[in-house]
Amino acid sequence: MTFAVDVTGLNKSFGDKHVVQDLAVQVGAGKITGFLGPNGSGKTTTLRMLCGLLTPDSGEGEVLGLDFRKAAGQIKLQTGYMTQRFSLYEDLSIEENLTFVARVYGLPDRGRLVTQTLERLGLENRRRQLAGSLSGGWKQRLALAAAIMHSPRLLLLDEPTAGVDPKARREFWDEIHALAAEGMTVMVSTHYMDEAERCHDIAYIAYGRLIARGTGREVIEGSGLITFRAEGPGADRLSRQLAGAPGVAMAAPFGAALHVSGTERAALEAAIAPFRRPPFHWDEVEPTLEDVFIHLMGQSRDNFE
Amino acid sequence: MSAARIFAVMVKEFTQLTRDRLTYALILVMPIVQLLLFGYAINNDPHHLPTAVLIQDDSAFARSTLGAIAHTDYFDIVETARTPAELTQAMARGRVQFTITIPGDFTRRVVRGDRAQILVEADASDPSATGAAVAALAGLPQEALKRDLLGAVAPARAAAPPFEVVVHRRYNPEAIAAYNIVPGLLGVILSMTLVMMTALGVTREYERGTMESLLATPVKPIEVMIGKLAPYVLVGLIQTVVILALARVLFDVPMAGGWGVLSVGTMLFIVGSLALGFLLSTVARTQLQAMQMSVFYILPSILLSGFMFPFRGMPDWAQWIGTIIPVTHFLRVVRGALLKGLGFADLWQSLGALSLFVVVVVSLAMARYRTTLD
Ligand SMILES: Nc1ncnc2c1ncn2[C@@H]1O[C@H](COP(=O)(O)OP(=O)(O)OP(=O)(O)O)[C@@H](O)[C@H]1O
Ligand SMILES: [Mg+2]
Repeated sequence: MTFAVDVTGLNKSFGDKHVVQDLAVQVGAGKITGFLGPNGSGKTTTLRMLCGLLTPDSGEGEVLGLDFRKAAGQIKLQTGYMTQRFSLYEDLSIEENLTFVARVYGLPDRGRLVTQTLERLGLENRRRQLAGSLSGGWKQRLALAAAIMHSPRLLLLDEPTAGVDPKARREFWDEIHALAAEGMTVMVSTHYMDEAERCHDIAYIAYGRLIARGTGREVIEGSGLITFRAEGPGADRLSRQLAGAPGVAMAAPFGAALHVSGTERAALEAAIAPFRRPPFHWDEVEPTLEDVFIHLMGQSRDNFE
Repeated sequence: MSAARIFAVMVKEFTQLTRDRLTYALILVMPIVQLLLFGYAINNDPHHLPTAVLIQDDSAFARSTLGAIAHTDYFDIVETARTPAELTQAMARGRVQFTITIPGDFTRRVVRGDRAQILVEADASDPSATGAAVAALAGLPQEALKRDLLGAVAPARAAAPPFEVVVHRRYNPEAIAAYNIVPGLLGVILSMTLVMMTALGVTREYERGTMESLLATPVKPIEVMIGKLAPYVLVGLIQTVVILALARVLFDVPMAGGWGVLSVGTMLFIVGSLALGFLLSTVARTQLQAMQMSVFYILPSILLSGFMFPFRGMPDWAQWIGTIIPVTHFLRVVRGALLKGLGFADLWQSLGALSLFVVVVVSLAMARYRTTLD
């Protein structure tokens, strides 16, 4: 597999806070890679280093086949970056924002390109509206449109769907998949599990370190996690009794059901044995990505301290 | 460097400028308000200034002369001193703005036509207060003794004035005519608005988060700078025209010429001030800090540039600081050109200083401008 991003030994400190530690980032060309991790784990910092907005303390490798530390200028030309916080000009209209981007990248046939983009967004009637007056979902769509206007080969999206309603999120992801199908490489950070599942690959970081990577299935299998699911009236309330029991890494309610996970089968089964009776109904299930991530989060904290 | 990218930034800045009504108002209204405020406040023509007299020659001539002086309305005789020491004290303590001494041989010399003098001392530490009054003394000798010089002493009335008024300016030898203030205001108002405009312009991008997008594009620092400054150059030029027009219409400021040197000097000063604002914004993290830094720059520009106080009246150290302040050199250009009609040959040093200012500030700004968010 060829990588659009292949960087190793990435480090970044702010003062004495070591925010990204020996991170290796690999993003398959033409793939959508989900970038996950708890708040403050260094996702934004990593994305910024990849597109030349932050200078790494150390690290080497290639982005789009170019030395990512020396060729930041050329990389910028072929990279689209959508920031976590809306960063287009709120006091410019939608059209003016797009025109600005088109000019800065020196795109040919600017007028037609802007009109096309507006039409694709369904915003041609509101082209004169100030960007700042758009709702959150529309802002995100506008930001995405601006980030892909210059047809970048690599697209870095930092929590692009935070605070966006489910329908708009669905459309957003359809668009990302369409772009990937055309050959664009996408790296997208997110906190949503359903979005993680839509990615071809996943990289999970915590405290600035890479904890797990691979396809969703590989990550789940690699975790070695075993999960039982209890159903029945009041099953969700068992979590309090089970949490912290020997062998139980985690007990979390899922609606009215309960997921209990651990890495050692014998100990886990012993822990749930007292509750394996009616009205509860137990099944061994495949752990979800969320089970795995919450588990990884707990584990990495243990390692970290 | 790409002209297209500079143009992109320029159009964007210009559009934002027109969206920001408050700034718009600030740009146009502030110079006018300040000009009226300072122009009238400082440029007024005070009358009835407290005056002490020392009369060493108690004669009809002396009384007539004093009467004529009081008649100008500029001088109110509030004290009569008995000794020169008393007179000096009256001014040192600030009780009077002027002292007038009529020497003991006044009458004798007038009669003989032997260069009689009266001595007027002015507290020129506030030069705008004394200027007009001193000017009013000019015609005095011809008029004051007209009615006294008759008959036997009539020959003394002939061609030359019967006496002269010797004016000493104390505490500040450089006399500044009141209209000096208005051209000076041009420098101060341009500094105030332009430095602040650009200083806020860049920090605003950081504060609103738009810098992150901007830096992710291929636009280069010099392109950002030129693009951001260009619309404000226009703003500066508009302000200049407004101020000069008002100076002419409202304050009758003489415009002796020197338009060429004035244009070059103004352009250099506008670009330098804008670049300085840009430089400040590369240091400041927030708009508030940028604002404070601008004020920190503007205060000495007002106080030490020769705008507020005559440059040569300041102590050496203050003159030294004043010399490194760009407004000082700009004021020399504006006053030299407008009031004295000087040209390039006379003002090249000031223009050189302004050019140096532009080069240094632009280089520093480029060196400091961060292309990353570190
Ligand atoms: N410019 C900076 N100066 C100092 N500390 C910073 C800076 N930027 C980020 N940090 C710190 O680095 C850590 C990682 O931040 P980062 O924004 O990369 O996390 P993140 O994974 O994107 O978090 P989130 O999911 O909340 O967006 C945080 O503790 C943050 O406080
Ligand atoms: Mg983040």
